[in-house]
Amino acid sequence: MGVVSIKDQAAIVGVGATKYFKRGESYPETELSMACTAILSALEDAGLTVNDLDGFAIYSNSCDPAEVASVLGVPEVRFAASLTSGGGGCAGALGLAAAAIHGGMANVCVTLMTLQQLNKRLGGSEVGGVLAYATMSESASPYGGGGVPPSAAFTANAGLLSPGHSFSVLAQRHMYLYGTKREHFAEVAMSQRENARKRPETALRTDPMTLDDYFNARMISDPLCLLDYTQETDGAVAVITVSADRAKDLRQPPVHILASAHGGTGSWGPGIFKYFQANDDEFASSGHRPVAKRLYEMAGVTPDDVDVALLYDHFTPLVIMQLEDYGFCPIGEGGPFVAEGNIRYGTGKIPVNTHGGNLSEAYIIGMTHVREAVEQLRGVAVNQVEGAEIALVTGGPASLPVSGTLLHR
Amino acid sequence: MTTRPEGTQGVFPSIMTESFADDSTKPFWDAAAEGRLVATKCTNCGTFRLPPKPFCFNCQHRDIEWVELPGTGTIYSFTVVRHPLSPMLMPAVPYAAGIIELDGTQGAGARMICNIVDVDVDAVKIGDKVEIVWEHVNPGMSVPRFRPVTS
Ligand SMILES: [Zn+2]
Repeated sequence: MGVVSIKDQAAIVGVGATKYFKRGESYPETELSMACTAILSALEDAGLTVNDLDGFAIYSNSCDPAEVASVLGVPEVRFAASLTSGGGGCAGALGLAAAAIHGGMANVCVTLMTLQQLNKRLGGSEVGGVLAYATMSESASPYGGGGVPPSAAFTANAGLLSPGHSFSVLAQRHMYLYGTKREHFAEVAMSQRENARKRPETALRTDPMTLDDYFNARMISDPLCLLDYTQETDGAVAVITVSADRAKDLRQPPVHILASAHGGTGSWGPGIFKYFQANDDEFASSGHRPVAKRLYEMAGVTPDDVDVALLYDHFTPLVIMQLEDYGFCPIGEGGPFVAEGNIRYGTGKIPVNTHGGNLSEAYIIGMTHVREAVEQLRGVAVNQVEGAEIALVTGGPASLPVSGTLLHR
Repeated sequence: MTTRPEGTQGVFPSIMTESFADDSTKPFWDAAAEGRLVATKCTNCGTFRLPPKPFCFNCQHRDIEWVELPGTGTIYSFTVVRHPLSPMLMPAVPYAAGIIELDGTQGAGARMICNIVDVDVDAVKIGDKVEIVWEHVNPGMSVPRFRPVTS
């Protein structure tokens, strides 16, 4: 008997999604209705029904399983768990599903995100007179309460109000330490736009982008301009995971969960948003390094074996830092690595975000990356990487946990 | 010791005018009212931590002493915010904000996140020496900012 592991024990067998919308345009749909639409579509894709669904393995409390199960008439929920924190958990939630299935707690798990940015904006912009990030509670309780935590006064008046501001600070340090340039960020944005342009049926940003366009875009928070920031969009994406055995009999070719890991170091912690306890080797990183190490160990593969990388791209510099942390290039050399064309679809060494990513396709907090990985490994992606066998999907950088999952055909 | 009118370019307005202090943070704000910067130091291993936290992240001890710091430091990293996230912030942009490593501490774990003022935002650099400047908003709340060390 080997070590107990989720390696290759489960497979993604269904994918479903709503249309992707610009911010607020999914109205009069709701986050709940879009979640249900995506789940039904994913079950249909797998050749399953609501009667088969018994598990919710989610992240960022993307939906309330109680509500969804009640609306859809799920006969019995046997597993309902979310990874803590936010978008960092998207890839790791697939590992949660695999663990639930391998552990015998559930048979058919859904992992999903649903997002409508009508009455809220995740980027920190004021909605209804409230600057949410400035006074954000540290309480993890869904019941809230407790008022403003005493630590809030240490950061609320600093002027860092959003993830974009915090990641700008991170990017600035990376530039300082390693000589990373805005031209490098531009290559991330331009390469992904090029990928998005070929798939206008889903992508929301499909106009061409030149280096001039990039440098003419308005600065939001130095060193990041508008084109370094993700879009703000609406929509829902769901995937269905079952055991590797059961997957053999279903409608779609199975996409196996080769390995999955989530977490991060204590000194990373919630760091990027308020504590900043990390030293240089960790501060100017994506926080993924320990997760990447465990991921490759579990999978028994190396970065050279990865055929396509779907890297969480809320901000361009974090793609560069993940390329370093996942071992596609040495630490500090992510900038020149992308500038040499290594992430381009069709010609690069490791095609990145072949769907266009959060930056140019749509931002559904990471689930579009999972969808693209599945399509790549089924061989039906629009920008299909020829012969793709192994895909990497990541979630975060964000507060701990960040996560990564390796999938294979 | 200056009081700043709201709406000054480069100055992020003090949107939180209460400290919401508890026993663990009150000494910081009491000292701030007197224009002094203090931080907690682990009495077991000497590691500074700021904002105050209930355990030392280095040795897990709880006992602390409050130590007065010189109020100077170095810009560890920063951003210049040019797009206002609220209409209220339109007069303030562009403003610089970042992480300050405090002289007299080990750095990471005792950093401050602050608005950096009295500076040409296009000239701010990592490594610049800065000093603290307090805005005494009201008797219970003094807001720290940093400005370049002149001289
Ligand atoms: Zn200690």
